[in-house]
Amino acid sequence: MTDPNASVLLADPRSAVSGLRCRECGQSYEITAQHACEFCFGPLEVVYDLERVRETCSRAAIEAGPPSMWRYAPLLPVLSAERVDIGAGWTRLRQAPRLAAELGLHKLWIKSDAGNPTNSFKDRVVSVALSAARSFGYEVAACASTGNLANAVAAHAAAAGMESVVFIPADLEPAKIAATSVYGGTVVGIDGSYDDVNRLCAQLAGERPWAFVNMNLRPFYAEGSKTLAFEVAEQLGWRRPDAVVVPVASGSLLTKVAKGFRELDAVGLVPASESVAVHGAQAEGCSPVAAAFASGARDVQTVRAHTIAKSLAIGTPADGHYALEEVRSSGGAIAGVPEGDIEAGIRLLARTEGIFTETAGGVTVSALEQLVRQGAIAPDEETVVLITGIGLKTLDALGPVSPSTTVRPSLDAVERALEEVLR
Amino acid sequence: MITVRIPTQLRSLTEGSAEVPAEGATLADVIDDLEVRYPGISQRLLSDGELRRFVNLYVDGEDARFLQGLETSVPAGAEVAIIPAVAGG
Repeated sequence: MTDPNASVLLADPRSAVSGLRCRECGQSYEITAQHACEFCFGPLEVVYDLERVRETCSRAAIEAGPPSMWRYAPLLPVLSAERVDIGAGWTRLRQAPRLAAELGLHKLWIKSDAGNPTNSFKDRVVSVALSAARSFGYEVAACASTGNLANAVAAHAAAAGMESVVFIPADLEPAKIAATSVYGGTVVGIDGSYDDVNRLCAQLAGERPWAFVNMNLRPFYAEGSKTLAFEVAEQLGWRRPDAVVVPVASGSLLTKVAKGFRELDAVGLVPASESVAVHGAQAEGCSPVAAAFASGARDVQTVRAHTIAKSLAIGTPADGHYALEEVRSSGGAIAGVPEGDIEAGIRLLARTEGIFTETAGGVTVSALEQLVRQGAIAPDEETVVLITGIGLKTLDALGPVSPSTTVRPSLDAVERALEEVLR
Repeated sequence: MITVRIPTQLRSLTEGSAEVPAEGATLADVIDDLEVRYPGISQRLLSDGELRRFVNLYVDGEDARFLQGLETSVPAGAEVAIIPAVAGG
């Protein structure tokens, strides 16, 4: 077969995709499986004819679409009829009055992507990436992952009848390894950090005819994150919130959520109002973007990651620079939360709203608390927090667990124990 | 002698080679030497004398940004890898 890495596609005639463009130097490219500019190595982005989307796309048409992220197909890089869709997206947006009261906010919403097929937001990006991969003719899906992406790639590949080869740091949470290998693909543990895994995969991507979703397929992959912004706006009744809080690892999610909110305005689906203040959340054990924000630096300094929030443990955030720009230009801030506050954030969200999130969500909730305390988010700002993964994958973060009390199977013993426990 | 691993984006300059030899005591010297052998490669890696934002250099697997950047010394026999930055995971 021909090498998919070298194939050029014409976009689906129904789609508004017109090509790829380097975000740094503006160089244009045809639609190929390529993520870095040949001239300056800048990231390539999908270009749309937004005027055409504006003319052809309506709220009613979207509302009549499927209850998944694919209801926003006109604003996604659809390359052919191929679609790898196991139901990602259209997750719940829930009001969070008890957490809001605890933090002193008037109106707070939780967008929980724990409800996705593999329980994290990564199903969105993988659905787009593997749909593109099929269009290019790839037979093997691959990725470098901190865990959630591995789950999503393995599951989507299985459902699409593709092979998968995923690369992870060998010391990942056992649940994330199990929730990858169960789908039957190949899991390669690397005895190193995520940044080591990333480097190795960047080299491999040049040598193998594989669809590395976050490398050669990255321009398509990254677009999937915009659907979080689209859903939030539609679920709020086609309007944007005042503020959004987003966890930051590579910076891609935050950058694309900001882009998603802008595109809705550009195509006339939401009222042209003030822009959304985009806030970022990192853990102090790996906070290169938060540190750059705090120091006023223009660029992000690479760090070595040492955080229990492994899904955020990226010391060389490829989109960190753009995340900084989005936060600054929107009037947001980036919080770096102490490692010790991550578990507290998980427990706070669980205790007040009945939502059990993973360590990254603990970081995001603690960041929200910090941003409110510091005045970066005002009490009357309507705020949306993106909860991107489920707590069952990172049980270790809660430490040793046991029942509140354990007793013999007798009514007397239970009554006595409850008196103790509930006193 | 030093071995330099070339990413696909730069192979049009190295006649398709994924691995090329070079000389130099530091990364800056190695890039100078590559420029002599493959004219045009330097401006693809550097901008105003600094490493471009989306280019990563590794010396024997170690990120040069954790070492001394372009002044990082490169021992004889070392492998230098030029790798574009990638999104996360």
